[in-house]
Order: sequence, then structure tokens, then C-alpha cells
Amino acid sequence: MSTPSSQTPAPARSKPFFHLDNRYIGPAFITCILLVGHLSFGILESYQKTLLAIVVAIAVELALGRIFVHKWLHPASAYITGISVGILVRSPAFWPYALCSAISITSKYVLRIKGRHLWNPSNFGISVLLFLAPETVASLSIQWGNYLWPMLVIWVLGSVIIWRLRRFHITAIYVASFVLFAFLRSWMIGTPWRSEIAPITGPMYQLFIFFMITDPKTTVRSRKWQCIVVFLIALVEMIMRLHQIVYAPFYALFIVGPIAMLIEILLDSRRKSSPHQAGMPHITAAKGTT
Amino acid sequence: MTGSRIAKIIVTLFFLGLLATPLVLKRMAGAHDSRKVDAQTALARHGFYLQEVSHAAGVNFVHHAPVLDHKLDAIMPEVASMGASVSIVDFDRDGWPDIYVTNSAIGSKNALYRNMHDGTFKDVAEEMGIADVNQPGTGVSTGAVWGDYDNDGYDDLFLIKWGRPELFHNDHGHGFTRVTDQAGLPPWINANTAIWFDYDGDGLLDLFVGGYYDETIDLWNISTTRIMPDSFEYAKNGGRKYLFHNLGNGKFEEVSAKVGINSRRWALAAAAADLRGTGHPDLFVANDYGVSELYFNDGKRFHEVGQKTGVGFAPKSGMNAAFGDILNQGKYAVYVSNISEDGILIQGNNLWVPKQGTNGEALQYENLARDFGVELGGWSFGAQFGDLNNDGTLDLYLTNGYISLDHNRSYWYDFSKVAGGNSTIIGDAKNWPAFEGRSLSGYQSKKVWLNDGAGKFIDVAQSVGVNDTYDGRAVALVDLWNRGVLDVVVANQNGPLLIYKNTVAPENQWIEFELEGTASNRSAIGAQVRLFWNGQQQVQEVSGGSGFAAQNDRRLHFGLGKNPHIEKAEIRWPSGKTQVIDNPAPQQLHKIKEPA
Repeated sequence: MSTPSSQTPAPARSKPFFHLDNRYIGPAFITCILLVGHLSFGILESYQKTLLAIVVAIAVELALGRIFVHKWLHPASAYITGISVGILVRSPAFWPYALCSAISITSKYVLRIKGRHLWNPSNFGISVLLFLAPETVASLSIQWGNYLWPMLVIWVLGSVIIWRLRRFHITAIYVASFVLFAFLRSWMIGTPWRSEIAPITGPMYQLFIFFMITDPKTTVRSRKWQCIVVFLIALVEMIMRLHQIVYAPFYALFIVGPIAMLIEILLDSRRKSSPHQAGMPHITAAKGTT
Repeated sequence: MTGSRIAKIIVTLFFLGLLATPLVLKRMAGAHDSRKVDAQTALARHGFYLQEVSHAAGVNFVHHAPVLDHKLDAIMPEVASMGASVSIVDFDRDGWPDIYVTNSAIGSKNALYRNMHDGTFKDVAEEMGIADVNQPGTGVSTGAVWGDYDNDGYDDLFLIKWGRPELFHNDHGHGFTRVTDQAGLPPWINANTAIWFDYDGDGLLDLFVGGYYDETIDLWNISTTRIMPDSFEYAKNGGRKYLFHNLGNGKFEEVSAKVGINSRRWALAAAAADLRGTGHPDLFVANDYGVSELYFNDGKRFHEVGQKTGVGFAPKSGMNAAFGDILNQGKYAVYVSNISEDGILIQGNNLWVPKQGTNGEALQYENLARDFGVELGGWSFGAQFGDLNNDGTLDLYLTNGYISLDHNRSYWYDFSKVAGGNSTIIGDAKNWPAFEGRSLSGYQSKKVWLNDGAGKFIDVAQSVGVNDTYDGRAVALVDLWNRGVLDVVVANQNGPLLIYKNTVAPENQWIEFELEGTASNRSAIGAQVRLFWNGQQQVQEVSGGSGFAAQNDRRLHFGLGKNPHIEKAEIRWPSGKTQVIDNPAPQQLHKIKEPA
């Protein structure tokens, strides 16, 4: 996950009593999630593993930023990646946390086309690790209790923040699509509908819907296409779920996200080569460089 | 080539290296895999091998799972996944250990295998009156523990059930009399674990019983399908806990709340040992769907110190509690089994080892399962420590496997889908997708972890002949034929009772102790033997139940390695008395009565 950031500058207005730079909203929110989860349910098996994931993510970001951009990058984005890895990766070993963070951050610098990285970093890192090291690694699933109120806190806080960052529509479309497809799956295969809804009431999905799929740097720019892409993610996820793939959301984003990005990059380059050609609506680029 | 291009190439290679890391690590780990070899090679390489001899020994017992209320049909394999148990007892005091096993289908019969001294066993449960204990309306057996509650010299039977618990008095080895009603036991408990121990040191065995399903639920006549845990790792809607204080007149008083035991976690395993050297047995409870609980016992009250000691912080799916002095330091480690399924749920088993420099009230544990190599055991159930090759260090036998049905279809997807959901969904059985014959962590290979004495355990299961893939539940270790080696008895859910006969390299020596209390309870449960030999020590304690739904032989077995020089054996009796035996001879069973 990268730092969610607004796409357009906020209009000038009087300074509020408490003002938090958008750059810090993501880190602050995810830190809140971590603290709520840990203090209420002890979701972290050890502080050291989460700390390791954060430290490695920031260290790799700083090193690679220095090499490629020739400056020390702001650590907010890497912090979110690291903390996401620390929450989402579940392993009794230490090395998966460090490795996942390193893979996530490095992927941003290696898997790039036309100056843009294709995969959401932590989605890439976690998907790769789940695929390559299933005997040691799983993802967060049951470790945050099964109770409503922590989820409510995240939903309310997350919605407010995502709204402020003007990306609420992505989360809303995904949730609506998921629910729609859940009922469809239930009807198709005859499972209890509540069992199909169950995953989205769990903790893994909260990070997925508020952070991964809304990441400005790995989502297309057009609001309309953002909605279409996130719907397609939910659709691919549903197909994977019909094939009983446990980490369907991660893999669906892993597949659909980069394809959408590639199409956009392709259309961008065609637009540049013929400036008057109509294409996907062009909205201000996401802030930040990763 | 520009510097930027070189940097890109280097970073790309670094990235590829990162991606290759899991594969390299997997390959390195695979180098230690246990491989099948012949018995002689296993004997030469590991110092022992195991041979499954149940049929040859005349034991053809097959466990049958219960069929509960039909409202639970869709997930019957899951809700009826326990009940197979094994406990060792010399019920007739002929000096040869016997085996008691439970069955769990309504109308099925439990078996008491009398040791015939010639390598065979004969089921005498029927004639002894403890076979037909799963009658309709009374629930079914899920475990059994033996202890001499009236100190008449013969171990009595407490039968753990999902249903009406039963206490049978042992009539001097000639039969059993049901004394449940006189004892004052409750009419119904859905329990999977119980242990005998004398928590207050009054010389009378008390009884701890850990509830699993809520005791108000009759699983054959449920009024609601909301019987499931309300959380997969934080559930507190399980059965209550009971501590039956032995009043000495054949009656028991339930005192759990009075002495500080209040929990509705889903208990699956319990074990007691004096972890702090206070002379009072502390109580460890491994809970499914939650954290473990550790109760320090001051002789009168229990104090839950799970979080304080470190064992009760990270919730998992505790299914086993066994103590072992794995480093020969005179301190117990605790082994708790959990669930590990590749790519889905890697809880890892816990090996709680006392932290250096902590003891007494400040005792703390750290989980060293990964460091010691005993972390991943699949869907793990029963495990016991014992020196299988008599080399002087305690090894670990673990059985596993949850539900083995269709080889090619797994329930894991549906399981993980619901298990992570909201409590209103997970807590209601009707929300769980139907099993439809699928497996859930089925057909798993067992683990026989050999202790190298220096902090590493190596799995040698396949090498030493443990090749079964049944759905293992309970493990009991016992020297079945008085040969100075530990044999292994395994109870499997919906599967056969397995008897692994052990053959150990003869150069490795042993010593055994059979203790009998006088001031202490006569079963000597809680008595501790600290053996000093060749400059090292090992402590073991007579147990009234440990592992999962199991009880080892009460005789204590120590492997000694080659050319042992035994300095002494220190015995600390539950009464507080200590006794020292200087230079006890190896290669012998020492029968010791508590001095007056």
C-alpha cells in the first residue's frame, strides 16, 4: 500500500484548529488500526516482527530512492507498506516480514513502465510470498476477533478519511460489488449467503478496501475508470472464489490492477504521440514519487 | 554503460534474489526431511525404531465418531471431530500396564485392554463393567483419566464425556462400580479434558474438568444452531470449568469459583505440574479458539497468570498440554499444539520454555518452538514428551490430522471464509457451508521429533516407522512390556488404535520408577523425581492426565544414554516429604513407597 493522497489541491480556506497534512493521514489511520487491533485483540504476535517490517520497508525505500531519485524520500509511503506487511503477514518466522517489505518496496523501482509502477507494493509483496512460501506464510484472517465494534470503528474512520481523500467511491463500489457477487455466489453454489458475506466482515478486508484498492499510485486516474476497474477486481475475485482460492482479493488486485495501469499507460503514450486524440479522461496525477 | 543503468541492473538482480529467497529456504529446510529407511538403518541412525503391532497384539479397536443432532448434519465432521482417547493404567495391579480407549458413537463400547504379559492384550471392558458407557441419552465418551481417589490402592476411572460424566470405582481389579451419583458430579458436561491432581495437598486426589461446548447444550437435541464459538481466537462462550474437591468420603465438592477458576474458554487440554518448585501443582489449560491459561496454585487458590507469564497472550487453537524437561535443566517446558496449514493458517505450535533468570512468582515463558524445530506439525493434536531412544533427552511424539475424507477436495476455503467473519456468522452452525465429504487437513504425516539435547529437534517419523496418516487425537507413552523402552499408543478419530512397539539400541540404558504414596495420594500423582546422572539432571512428575485426551503410564521412565553413572534420585512427594535414593541401579524398575 502506498500513501493515499488527494488528487487535487484543496481549495484555500481558513486554517482549521487541527490540520493534518494529507500525507500523514494514511500513516496515522493505519497506525490507529494497528493500535486498536493490538490493544483490543493482540493481533501482533510480536512487536518485533511489525517493527522489522516497517524498518526494512523504510530502509529499502531510502536506499533505492537515493539511488534512483538522488534524494531521501519521505518515509510515509514506506511506513504504510511496512505496517501493512506487519499486520497482514502472519508467520511464526521473522524473515517473511523483512522479505515481504523488501520485495514490496523494491517492486516499485523494478516493475515500472513509463515512470509508473504497476503493482500496489504490499499487494505485490504479500501475493508473491503467499504464492512462494505458503508453508511459512499466511495472511491475517482470524486474528482480530470476530466482533463488530472494532470493524465499525475502522469503517467509520476509514470512510471519513477516504472521503476526504476523494477515493470513497472506490471503496463503496468495491463493497457493493462484493456484496452483489456474494449473493450471486450463494445462489449459484447453494452456500449460506452469510458465509459468502463473512469475509468482508473480517479484518483483512478492511485493510484491503481502505488501503490497497485505493492506492493513488496504482489506480487509474479517471474516476469513472476507477469504478470500472474496482468492479472488475471484485468480479475476478468472485471467479477466483468460485474456484475456492483463499486469497482471492489479493490475487484479483494483483492481476487486474496492473492490467488497468498498463492500458492507461498505453493510452497515455498514444495521447502524447497524437495530442488531439480523445482517450481516457486525464485527471491530475497522484502526488508523490515512489 | 551509465551509472544509472548499472544501478538498475544491480537492483533488478537484488529483486530477483529476493524473489528466489523463499525457494532457497524451502530447499534448505527440505534437506532435513525424514525419509523412510529400514529398521536396522533407523536403529543405527537414530537409536530406535517403532513397529505398529496392534493386530499382532490382539487389538482391533476402531473408534467411531458421534452423530449429533441432524441440524448439524452439514458440518457434522467438524462438530463431531473429537472423542478418541487413550489412557494407561495398571487396573489390576499385576505389574503390567493396561490400555483404556474411548469410543464415541451412541451405543458404541469403550475397551479396556488387559495386558496378557505375552505381547497380547484382551478386551475386558465388558466384564469389568466399563464398556457400555455410551448409551442413548447419556452422551458419549471423549476421554478417561485414572486416579486412586479413595486411596485403596487401585486406580479409579473418571470418564470424560459430551454428556453425563461418570466415575467408576475400581473394585480391586475385579470390576468397576459406578459411583457418579454418590460423588455428586453434575448431570451433563461437554468436556474434552480432565485431570486428577491433589491441588491442596491433603492426600486426596481432586479432579479438574474443562468444558468445551456449553454444558447446557445437549448435542443430540439442540434447540438452536448457535452453538459454535463466537470467535475463532477470542471465544468465551464455551463450557465452564469444574474443580471437584475430594471430600474423602466418596463425595466431591465443586469449588472452581471459590478457588479462582472462572473461564468459559473452549478447553481442550489440561495438565498439572509444579512449575515453580512450591510443592503445589500449577494448572495449564490449552484452549481452542483462544489463549492458553496458566493458573499458579498457592495451595488454596489459583491465580491466572497466562498474560503475565507470556503463555496467554497470542490466541491460537490450543489442543495439547504436555510438560517436559527438554534441556535436562530441571525445568519444565510446556508444549501446546495448534493449527498450521500451508498458506492458510500458520499458527505454529508453542514450546513454552522458561526464560533464563525467571522463576517463582516472576516465572516467564518464551515460545521457542521455531528455534527448537517443533513448530509446524499440521493440524496438531496430542503430543507427549518421552525418551524414545533412551539417549538421556526427552523426545516429542506428535499426532495430527483433522478430518480425512475425500483426498482431492478440501474444506479449507470454506473454513477460512467463515472463520474470519463476524461473530454472528461464525457462531451459528447454519451459516457454515456443508462439508460434502471434503477433507480438512486430512491424511497428515505424524511427527517424531528427536531431541539432540542441544536445542534442536529433528523429525524422524518416516525413518523410524511412523507412517500412518490417520486423524490422530491422543498419544500415550508407556513401557507396555516392561522392557525398559517407551512404546507409543495412538488413538485415532474414526480410525484404529495404533500400538507402536519400540526397539531401542541396547547400549542406551534406562531406569524407571513406580511410586506409591502413603501420606500423599496413593497414585503418587504430583510426585516428582529428579534424577542426577553423568553430571546432568532431569525432572519428571507423575501425571494424572496430559497431552490431548490422554494419560501416560504413571511409571516414570528415564533414558540414560551409554555408560551412565547415576548419582541419585531425589523424590519429592506431594505431601512435601523428600526422599533421596543414592546410586539407583540402571536397567531396573524401582518400586518406591513413600516413607512414613
